Amino acid sequence: MEEYLILMRLDLLTKEAQPSPEQMQEYMKQYHHWISGIVEEGKFAGGKGLSTEGKVLKPNSVVTDGPYAETKESLAGFIVIRAENFDDAMRLAAQCPILNGDGNSVEVRKIVSVHEQ
Amino acid sequence: MNSEPLIPHLFRTEYRKIVSVLCRHFGFREIEVAEDIASDTFLVATQAWGIEGPPPNPAGWLYNTAKNKAKNYLHRHSIYEERVLPEVRAGLGEDLVFEIDLTPENITDSQLQMLFAVCHPAISEESQVGLALRILCGFGIQEIADAFLTTKEVINKRLTRARERLREVDIRIEMPAAAEMDVRLGPVLTTLYLLFNEGYYSMGQDHTLRKDVCLEAMRLCTMLIENNATNKPQVNALMAMMCFHASRFDARTDASGALVLYGEQDPSLWNADLIRSGYVFLQSGARGEQVSRYHLEAGIAYWHTQKEDSSEKWSSIVYYYDQLLKLSYSPVAALNRAFAISKWKGKTEAIRETEALALEGNHFYFALLGELYDGIDRQKAFENLDNALRLARTVADQQAIRKRIKALS
Repeated sequence: MEEYLILMRLDLLTKEAQPSPEQMQEYMKQYHHWISGIVEEGKFAGGKGLSTEGKVLKPNSVVTDGPYAETKESLAGFIVIRAENFDDAMRLAAQCPILNGDGNSVEVRKIVSVHEQ
Repeated sequence: MNSEPLIPHLFRTEYRKIVSVLCRHFGFREIEVAEDIASDTFLVATQAWGIEGPPPNPAGWLYNTAKNKAKNYLHRHSIYEERVLPEVRAGLGEDLVFEIDLTPENITDSQLQMLFAVCHPAISEESQVGLALRILCGFGIQEIADAFLTTKEVINKRLTRARERLREVDIRIEMPAAAEMDVRLGPVLTTLYLLFNEGYYSMGQDHTLRKDVCLEAMRLCTMLIENNATNKPQVNALMAMMCFHASRFDARTDASGALVLYGEQDPSLWNADLIRSGYVFLQSGARGEQVSRYHLEAGIAYWHTQKEDSSEKWSSIVYYYDQLLKLSYSPVAALNRAFAISKWKGKTEAIRETEALALEGNHFYFALLGELYDGIDRQKAFENLDNALRLARTVADQQAIRKRIKALS
């Protein structure tokens, strides 16, 4: 099995798109249900949510506030999973509930280790 | 992985506490900042708890996250001001007051003060209700739009303009002084009354949402009753009215969502606890010298919780409507009074009283006449019901009228 990074991106800028607290509690439940499924398959290898604050460093000592200053698709969290192959990873990623929201997306990247053959 | 279920509505409940405390702390000028910090807190919670499960102390986690975000914001803000402002404030190396106080006392105080701040005559009543739903009840924009049967865009515009306007009048977030409490309570109670009406009479599809709106109005009213400074007779009277009406919430619609008129409701579906509570608040409100409109409406609502058609019931209702109409005339109240007259003094008298109103553009007027002429003059009954059908706007109203026409044939 190989490791894959699943990156969750949300539209955090558009005010009108913000879900209500009630909806967020619902999403959280769905999220947790999705993760539990991956755990049950023995494929969950860790992950975290990310704060909405942060900074971006650029060359020439440029520092800007917030990782989402230039994009509507802000990185909201990530998980690492084990999967048989890329298709298997995509299958798990496709069940991520944030895909029910317009403007959100999930990115899947294989983790390359220099220690693999 | 921690998978204990969270209490329902936890996010909504804690959101409104956090946003009230932050609004009060930042002051009304920065209300959007406060709302953003509160929203961000829950966005982060959604991600983090979704992956790792809820923490052992969910509310505590939320408060800490919100406090840290607020601190970061203030810190960034003050650093900016220090860089920009030429004056150096010596001796203020200490942290400025960054502490956000999320104790139960401050949470309650902040919510009360925000209630007075958003229920302000400088903005329209529907804006007051909208802001109350957003900040004091923790409703989302779509939820508010659904409750008002309008769109997100309309609600966003309305709330943005309302915040602007309140900033213009430099609204303070504080408890009114005792001497002006009765005056300041006026718009607050009107907002709660309208909020309750919105949930009770709205033709929106979501039954649960509408019930939630009613319960929110009652919760906010309870907050006023639990505070000595605001525990006034008229507040208790409003609470009594809401309890009595809410007791019939489940009996008012049938399984298909159609409206069930009072006369046809199943009293076993009426909530006895709420009726009892209403009676307690009615007693509490029966002090002092002022009889507010809420006292009158509570009196009317009380009699509606008594199913038996006694002469005392209907004559009392007529009496209360007489007083209410003197305070402020409304066609609905006048028609309801006429209906009560029919129950007390008979249909002929009621027809006389109703026709004297001459509310030719009002479908309830014709619907009432249609019902009153039933058994007296069949043709006039049909004519009036046809007029009512012509003027009725909602599907539920049209259905109710068609049912009457069918029953007559």
